[in-house]
Amino acid sequence: MSDVKDENRARFGVPADSMVFARGVRKSYGPLEVLKGVDLDVPVGSVACIIGPSGSGKSTFLRCINHLEKLSAGILLVDSQFVGYDLRDDKLYEVKDDLLCQRRAETGMLFQSFNLFSHMTVMENLIEAPMQVRRIPPDQAKAEAEILLRRVGLLDKVDRYPRELSGGQQQRVAIARAMAMKPKVLLFDEPTSALDPELVGEVLQVMRDLAESGMTMVVVTHEIGFAREIGDQLVFMDGGVIIERGAPREMIANPVSPRTREFLSRVL
Amino acid sequence: MGVAHPTEIRIEPGVAEAVSRLTVVPQRRYGIWVGTALALFLAFLIIRAFASNPAFAWPTVVGYLLHPSVMRGLGNTLMLTAVIMILAIVVGTVIAIMRVSPSPVLRSFAGLYVWFFRGVPALIQLIFWFNLSLLVREVSLTIPFVGTLFSVRTNDFMTPFFSAVVALSLCEAGYMAEIIRAGIKSVPSGQAEAASALGMPYRLILKRITLPQAMRFVLPPTGNEAINLLKMTSLVTFIAVDDLFYSAQSIYARTFETIPLLIVVAFWYLAVVSVMSVGQHFLERHFGRSDTRRDPMTMRFLRNFISLRGISR
Repeated sequence: MSDVKDENRARFGVPADSMVFARGVRKSYGPLEVLKGVDLDVPVGSVACIIGPSGSGKSTFLRCINHLEKLSAGILLVDSQFVGYDLRDDKLYEVKDDLLCQRRAETGMLFQSFNLFSHMTVMENLIEAPMQVRRIPPDQAKAEAEILLRRVGLLDKVDRYPRELSGGQQQRVAIARAMAMKPKVLLFDEPTSALDPELVGEVLQVMRDLAESGMTMVVVTHEIGFAREIGDQLVFMDGGVIIERGAPREMIANPVSPRTREFLSRVL
Repeated sequence: MGVAHPTEIRIEPGVAEAVSRLTVVPQRRYGIWVGTALALFLAFLIIRAFASNPAFAWPTVVGYLLHPSVMRGLGNTLMLTAVIMILAIVVGTVIAIMRVSPSPVLRSFAGLYVWFFRGVPALIQLIFWFNLSLLVREVSLTIPFVGTLFSVRTNDFMTPFFSAVVALSLCEAGYMAEIIRAGIKSVPSGQAEAASALGMPYRLILKRITLPQAMRFVLPPTGNEAINLLKMTSLVTFIAVDDLFYSAQSIYARTFETIPLLIVVAFWYLAVVSVMSVGQHFLERHFGRSDTRRDPMTMRFLRNFISLRGISR
């Protein structure tokens, strides 16, 4: 296993502390090119925030990381490994579904619309994937789920159905559900965009706690305040490419590119 | 100068008294009164006709209600319905999954299946399968270098009952496939996406996430299909399967008590349909449980009770 990682590190120049490593990532839908060569490094334990106007390709890039979308060109490594491929003799062989699923389970993903399983209770949502994919026994899965629910402050909602919860509570359950798979990295796709303003804070607080506990996170967001406070790097995307990247505070205070400046002036 | 905004509104005693003296006079709906009178009159005529016309021969009806061959026919009708419905759901689910599959070949195959089996009248399909021996004399399985494993004459296994099961299951599966496909489509795509982000493989997502949620949408029309199927099985009379209708027919062919026996048949169909409707109601409630709040019955009762009290006052 580590042989593969070492080989990839040597071959592609992946830093030793890399969690997400993207080089020249392109993605097209027919004639429409959504990503036009994206490079990104997210070190272990760091938080990368991606901002940009809608249609800039930031969500597509996020979905490429866990191979929900296949790349058209370029490489994307999570923990120095390909998610959807095995590399042999300069050929990327698509892996079988079961292996792809095992690897994909190592990256958790959060969605704008939460996507909790609506026919399951909160507890059932949390234990479903650990039991079905990881084959963890029910008692252990439940015990771990309770720890996670306590962490997001929703232990009293174990037997509720998603639609009985507020949006903020649903998103916190979704975070707990993703954490139940013990992922190496969490991907957030505009996690607070669908929330009423007074519910945004509770979700950001949970994300802040995660970041402080050393979780590696890639966050597509419109919450500039969160990016400034929690982000280790800030990335501005527009038109399928990264326009500017840097330390959040400096970049927000003194953007170099006029496009970044214009975007920030509209959202701040 | 702006308008002065009062910070407090005081209601004078005289005004309060004038408001409380008002009563609401309901709108007169003469059309409904006339309609009600007509409906009652019509009901009276029908009941009188049923009671007074000796051709209905009610004592004969009662006499045949539990007649052994009627009972056997009813048993066969119920068994046919159950077996066909189960097979139709299984085949229909497979066809529905093919219809949403990424492969265009599977999608077209499933589309053709639905097009054909929904398009050709059930009676024609039934008679076709019953006469399969005209098309295929025998069915045999031959493996090269091994020889013929078995060989059966078509007429030996295409009994009336078996052809009824095959024909009506395939036909009903066409309808079920469409219902289940619509159910699968009704599940928001985010559900499957979240499941695959959690590392669940496609077949597990179908089994654990998509199909259970589709059930809620699939159940009400499936109940209707089961009720339709129950009645559709009366077609098997044409190929001499001993169902409820056939058993009644064979009695009135001898005794000429046509109307009483048709009433017996209608009574049993109505009875079974009523039982099925009640069952459907409970199934829907079971699968819709994540839709409603806790204690839906209690809550609904309380709410109705409160609103009734509100109106009566």
